[in-house]
Amino acid sequence: MATTTVGEADERLKQTSFLRRLMGRPELGAVGGAILVLIFFAIVARGTGLFSAMGVLNFLEVSAQLGIIAVAAAMLMIGGEFDLSVGSMIGFAGIVIAIPAVEWGWPLWLTILLAFAVALGVGWINGTIVVRTGLPSFIVTLGGLFILRGLTIGLTRLITGRTQIPGLRPLVEEDWLAGLFAGKVGYGLMQWLGDMGIIATRPDGVPLASGISMSIIWWVVITVLATWVLLRTRLGNWIFACGGDPNAARNVGVPVARVKIGLFMFTAVAATIFALVQTLSVGSADVLRGQLKEFEAIIAAVIGGCLLTGGYGSAVGATFGALIFGTVQMGIFYTGVNTDWFKVFLGVMMLIAVLFNNYVRRKATEGR
Amino acid sequence: MAEVPLIEVRDVSKHFGTVIALSGVSMTVWPGQVHCLLGDNGAGKSTLIKTLSGVHKPSEGEILLEGRPIVFESPRDALDRGIATVYQDLAMIPLMSITRNFFMGREKSVTRGRGLFERLDMKRANAIAREEMAKIGIDVRDPTQAVGTLSGGERQCVAIARAVYFGAKVLILDEPTSALGVKQASVVLRYVAQARARNLGVVFITHNVHHAWAVGDVFTVLNRGKTLGTFRKDEITREQLLNMMAGGKELEELSTELAEFARSDRARQPEAAAVEEEVAEELEKEVELDEKLAAQEHRLRRDGS
Repeated sequence: MATTTVGEADERLKQTSFLRRLMGRPELGAVGGAILVLIFFAIVARGTGLFSAMGVLNFLEVSAQLGIIAVAAAMLMIGGEFDLSVGSMIGFAGIVIAIPAVEWGWPLWLTILLAFAVALGVGWINGTIVVRTGLPSFIVTLGGLFILRGLTIGLTRLITGRTQIPGLRPLVEEDWLAGLFAGKVGYGLMQWLGDMGIIATRPDGVPLASGISMSIIWWVVITVLATWVLLRTRLGNWIFACGGDPNAARNVGVPVARVKIGLFMFTAVAATIFALVQTLSVGSADVLRGQLKEFEAIIAAVIGGCLLTGGYGSAVGATFGALIFGTVQMGIFYTGVNTDWFKVFLGVMMLIAVLFNNYVRRKATEGR
Repeated sequence: MAEVPLIEVRDVSKHFGTVIALSGVSMTVWPGQVHCLLGDNGAGKSTLIKTLSGVHKPSEGEILLEGRPIVFESPRDALDRGIATVYQDLAMIPLMSITRNFFMGREKSVTRGRGLFERLDMKRANAIAREEMAKIGIDVRDPTQAVGTLSGGERQCVAIARAVYFGAKVLILDEPTSALGVKQASVVLRYVAQARARNLGVVFITHNVHHAWAVGDVFTVLNRGKTLGTFRKDEITREQLLNMMAGGKELEELSTELAEFARSDRARQPEAAAVEEEVAEELEKEVELDEKLAAQEHRLRRDGS
């Protein structure tokens, strides 16, 4: 009896319209937006090289760097909190890597591990203050934004007397761990594509775009992992529950405090990966690195369907939000439009996304 | 009926500083019985159920679980021992799917794989959620739909179905019907009757005598932190219960007072007669509703057994 009921229900389930189910997905807006933006620039930026192998890898790399922190920001937002200290954490992680390595001669792998340890600590402090005091994370991490940026500038000036720390490049080349963040992969693939004549090569046969930057690999890996955690694990269910209604979650035994602190730690770690990718490939640390990145990450997450109130969103959405970001930024650059307009576009894009999300949420929760 | 009561509360008192919220309350919950806890606001109903569900510890007296004295360390502890409390508005997360709500906090029961590869078997989880909801007569077409799309009564039912599925022996329902319309309340009441049929002990907290009367077997009335007694259904009438809840005597005094007012008003103003007529009509409607509920209760009894 019970099985027949379930069977019948199954059949009807398949009949619920595909469009309706699609509407229920938080990342719909971001995926649609990304496709629109790509089509737009495919027409407008035709012949500018934006869609050459080099150009594609360029805008993917810009998207990737933002994507790494946007996915973490999205998970934290689903869990019901913000982290405004992400940008400052990027700058701070940069000098934690660079100062001991350049000034004190520490091996790079050790300073990389140190940076991760510091990030875990910062995330833990952020999370613990938010959870213990019940203060809005907006305020707590706004404090973190200034404290970390101030520490970054103050400590760097105090120790080195400058605000930039160059000289990392030679260290990167001999370090076994640094390659995980600074290197490129897929030389063989790019060479093969060059040989086949699919992508452009230099006169000596080496392709212009010689390899895929590690940041793109990190971006993809983090997106896949985050999606897996959110949709298919116990922790994922807890994250949604914490953001949706912490009291109800606590009542059924979800460890809300631990989940939230863990998410803050993950965000800080993602900021550190961002810093590593950037600092090690450029070869120098700068105290102003990562400025405004916290807002860009939140914008990407919101475009990706995250609600500011928590409990709803997706990692894939944040990734496509970051892709929109990178495509537009590089597209404007390639088409030669004044880059001042980028910020206008950004703000408008975010407002549209928020309005759209608001509508979707109303649809999702209204009675039938 | 079983030999041992599921829960026995013996002379429990609870003080908050100088405030005596409960004093010497006793009650017994048997399997297959709906025990209604009635009382006006501030009577101590909430304190009593919070004591039962592990939120508060009693200041005096003891609680016996299946005959053995016990002190619950936390709500989770009580839940693990089979005492599930469904709170009026804290039961569900609207933006999450029915399935995800259903398994919230108990995800282990539908995981596959081990360690890093441990994952939720969403297909099985959806099937279980749909089946459990079907058992209580709620047809969810799509268990992945957000709980926010359900009506208030259906949400309460998901919470109750969840508690039953995860092995609750005692269900404590905190005002499950008070925020609901007549139709939605009847959905919940029907499920209460079903839970009884499955031999669960149900503690049903309400200040609505009609709802209590429709499904209750035993009634305990609280007033100002004390029990005014526990009554089987055949020992008492609905009117007596209502009087007791409102503090009996006071209500009688009030009605004579009101009658006096009416008399003097009538002498002074003719309009008062019209108002009085209106009130009488309202009362008549009330009586009609009572009759409907009584009929419904008969149906429920039949379904339940």
